[in-house]
Amino acid sequence: MTPQRAGADADPARGRALLELAGVTKRFGDLVANDDVSLSVGAGEVVAMLGENGAGKSTLMKIAYGLVRPDAGELRVDGRPVQLGSPRDAMRAGIGMVTQEFSLVETMTVSENVALSAVGLGRVDAAANRRRVMAAMERLGVQIEPERLVATLSIGERQRVEIVKALFHDCRVLILDEPTAVLTPQDVRSLFETIARLRTDGLGVLFVSHKLREVAEISDRVVVLRRGRMVGDRPTASVDEAELAALMMGGAASAAAAPAGPSQSRAGAVADPVGGAVGLGVETRPTAGPAEARPEPVLRLTDLGVSTGRRALLSGISLTVGAGEIVGIAGISGNGQTELVDVLAGVRPASSGTVHVAGRDLTRADVATRLAAGLGRLTEDRRGSLVPQMSVEHNLVLEDLPRFTSRGLLDRGAVRRHAEQLIERFDIRARPGDPVATLSGGNMQKVLLARSLVREPRVLVVAQPTRGLDVGSYAYVHEQLAALRDRGAGVLVVSEDLDELRGLCDRVAVLFRGRIVGELPIAEASSERLGLMMTGVEVAT
Amino acid sequence: MKFVLRGREPRWVAPTAVLVAVAVTVALTALPIRLAGANPVAAFERYLLTPLSSVNGLHEVLLTATPLMFTGIAVAIAFRAGYWNIGAEGQFLLGAVGTTWVGTTWADLPAPVALPLGFVAGAVGGAVWALAPAWLKRRAGIDEVVTTLLLNPVALLVVQGLLNGPWRNSATGFTDSDRLGSGFDLPPLIPDSRVHWGFAVALAVILVAGVVLTRTATGVRVRAAGQAPQAAAFSGIDVDRVQFRAALVSGGVAGLGGASTVMGVQHQLTSGISNSYGYTGVIVATLGGLGAIGVLLVSLLLGDISVGAQNVSLVLQVPTQLGAIFSALLMLAVLSAMSWRRYRVQWRRPRPATTPEPAQETG
Ligand SMILES: Nc1ncnc2c1ncn2[C@@H]1O[C@H](COP(=O)(O)OP(=O)(O)OP(=O)(O)O)[C@@H](O)[C@H]1O
Ligand SMILES: [Mg+2]
Repeated sequence: MTPQRAGADADPARGRALLELAGVTKRFGDLVANDDVSLSVGAGEVVAMLGENGAGKSTLMKIAYGLVRPDAGELRVDGRPVQLGSPRDAMRAGIGMVTQEFSLVETMTVSENVALSAVGLGRVDAAANRRRVMAAMERLGVQIEPERLVATLSIGERQRVEIVKALFHDCRVLILDEPTAVLTPQDVRSLFETIARLRTDGLGVLFVSHKLREVAEISDRVVVLRRGRMVGDRPTASVDEAELAALMMGGAASAAAAPAGPSQSRAGAVADPVGGAVGLGVETRPTAGPAEARPEPVLRLTDLGVSTGRRALLSGISLTVGAGEIVGIAGISGNGQTELVDVLAGVRPASSGTVHVAGRDLTRADVATRLAAGLGRLTEDRRGSLVPQMSVEHNLVLEDLPRFTSRGLLDRGAVRRHAEQLIERFDIRARPGDPVATLSGGNMQKVLLARSLVREPRVLVVAQPTRGLDVGSYAYVHEQLAALRDRGAGVLVVSEDLDELRGLCDRVAVLFRGRIVGELPIAEASSERLGLMMTGVEVAT
Repeated sequence: MKFVLRGREPRWVAPTAVLVAVAVTVALTALPIRLAGANPVAAFERYLLTPLSSVNGLHEVLLTATPLMFTGIAVAIAFRAGYWNIGAEGQFLLGAVGTTWVGTTWADLPAPVALPLGFVAGAVGGAVWALAPAWLKRRAGIDEVVTTLLLNPVALLVVQGLLNGPWRNSATGFTDSDRLGSGFDLPPLIPDSRVHWGFAVALAVILVAGVVLTRTATGVRVRAAGQAPQAAAFSGIDVDRVQFRAALVSGGVAGLGGASTVMGVQHQLTSGISNSYGYTGVIVATLGGLGAIGVLLVSLLLGDISVGAQNVSLVLQVPTQLGAIFSALLMLAVLSAMSWRRYRVQWRRPRPATTPEPAQETG
């Protein structure tokens, strides 16, 4: 392996290299997703990979897992060159991966899904299998009934099952593509404990994250990808957050490490390259603090309930969001957040109670009516909100088609300009005509955010708004949500990230087992207090 | 050499795939032609080129393509919306029934009234036949593939019932209907040829469908509903309604095909009037990539082949069915090509990793 640019020879002390990628190049048409990238993961080593949305991280991971074939370059496991034609080959070679998009079979149970990953499906001993799954889950500190159908799990729970699944067969290198994006801080803790244990066992771990704190905490080495090129490979101990951010976004610090390419002029043009963005949670709250006299509510939920059969998923939800207010919903995923957002979004009916937006009863309104009433939505389910084969520009105008119609025809110039504007504003790494399916995870998220924010909603309901976004975009989206609030809209943010909620909200309500267990002004919402409430402890307010 | 999934698809890929498919089909059909005792090269020349080499042949190609243009675009409209209408055959027949009914009931109408009325009656006939499956799908979620398909033989029975009963020819007693009033005769589009105004109507329908599907909000809604119903619904598109309407429009357009054939060619209802145009429409729509231009080109190609097939069987004494074999193989070849086109061939060691990279572009 030839050491590249920034010292790839970082830490020879740590065990032999388990997985090596040498000179890997991958093109999609004229886009170079990975450009001559070399990387190694040693035994007992945790390597973190950083990079902006669309930098090529997932592509590289998929190459290492046999999901994508490289155009050039070599893969080596234990020093021996391997050809990975499929994930099956990768598993045989001892590589496991949790992809950014889930790959669970919804109509099967948790334990069946996990068993599917075991190489060589023969006789299936259900009981033994169940025991093994239970044991694997325990090892990871995951508590999910193995007999539950995956379809009934929340996104966060599904992610946990994915991790269990990847570790289920004997793997020596575990690849995690943004594993923490949907986990609560507590779950991140236990995941990190697991990773630490795996490291002691001599496994190599390669993971992608946009959260610099996590990277600093858990990794031994950090590699930075920018526009497909490896621009940094350092021992974690030797870098600070500001330097990493600069490397990712191509600031001054990376000028020496990265040979200037023709495309670099765009870097940082929109993404806020301020150091302040690095520390999580830009201060966006109004200095005045939440108004004493509650502003007139733009969103009012009264005694809202959702149930399937006899099971109540959500009950007695009463909540208001005022004009010019951001209200957060905290809670461990699976406690009714998905259902709440789905009911508000209009994709699931409420079984009881009412929803009012700006005084209008929208409880039974269809989606079009909700949109017309000024309700904006972003649900957890990215895939279910975008038409994958359709172009970025058409997806961006999907909720506003009449506005882009003149004399019966779609105004193609206007659609294109609209898309170009949003691409510029949100720094989406795509062209207007690209099918959305080819976008990176973070860029899909940006398309959805752009679509709902640009409509100037009176009420915006967002779930995990910054999931999968890079540092610069994280700050930008928070700014945009705050700006929307300052223009008089009400925002309801559902998030598992307490830092995010505290940085953004005026008030936080906590969901537990489908009920609101308490509501706190942000000043009183300490991590400890919220953490307690999230486990069901009622707190007097 | 290996096959690699393409990222972005260059423009030349789709047309090239079709050409390759045609070449493969030609190679595959050479064998049965040989077995039938004819020279494949001569046969292909007659299949594909002879019809195009004379004015008369060209006229016949246009005439043969006309009903396929109607049924092809009808199926394409429904498929685009994610409504799998396999019932263009029945809808075509009921369109023919509608036109025959007005044409025999008000036989004295003058052409300026009669012709539009004939087309409207055809469209209504086709749409009515499409209504029940569309309604069942919308109200009860009953699979339209089954219902539309099963209604095809029922439509044929309706036609045969009418022709054996109330509509039996009053002059000859044959199981053909009476001739329509002469006001209902579509005039020739090209003087001294059999090509009638139905061809122009078909062109207009394809043009309108193409514009609506690609240039309007309705088109975007239809495509969204067809490709990702869940995401479309999330964005406020009433998927059920879009599909319901697409189903009716599809039926109506197939019915126009029936009207055109009755008024332009047969001038009466016969039980063989459809000649499987509805089923072939599925082939046309699929091969044409569910697009207007594709449907037009494939209709003309199939028209060419079937005119050629008559010629071949006359001159070279091979069975006419070879024409059908040819189009069926073509369908298989093109569908395979369409899935293969997502891959590109990579020759061993395409370029050393040290080659200077072309400019990276993400914007
Ligand atoms: N199948 C594909 N076809 C075309 N382009 C693709 C395809 N897959 C990925 N790309 C492009 O390659 C680039 C890198 O994508 P990738 O998913 O690797 O980014 P990423 O670093 O994982 O970003 P994120 O942080 O948003 O997940 C993106 O610009 C994306 O649009
Ligand atoms: Mg990614």
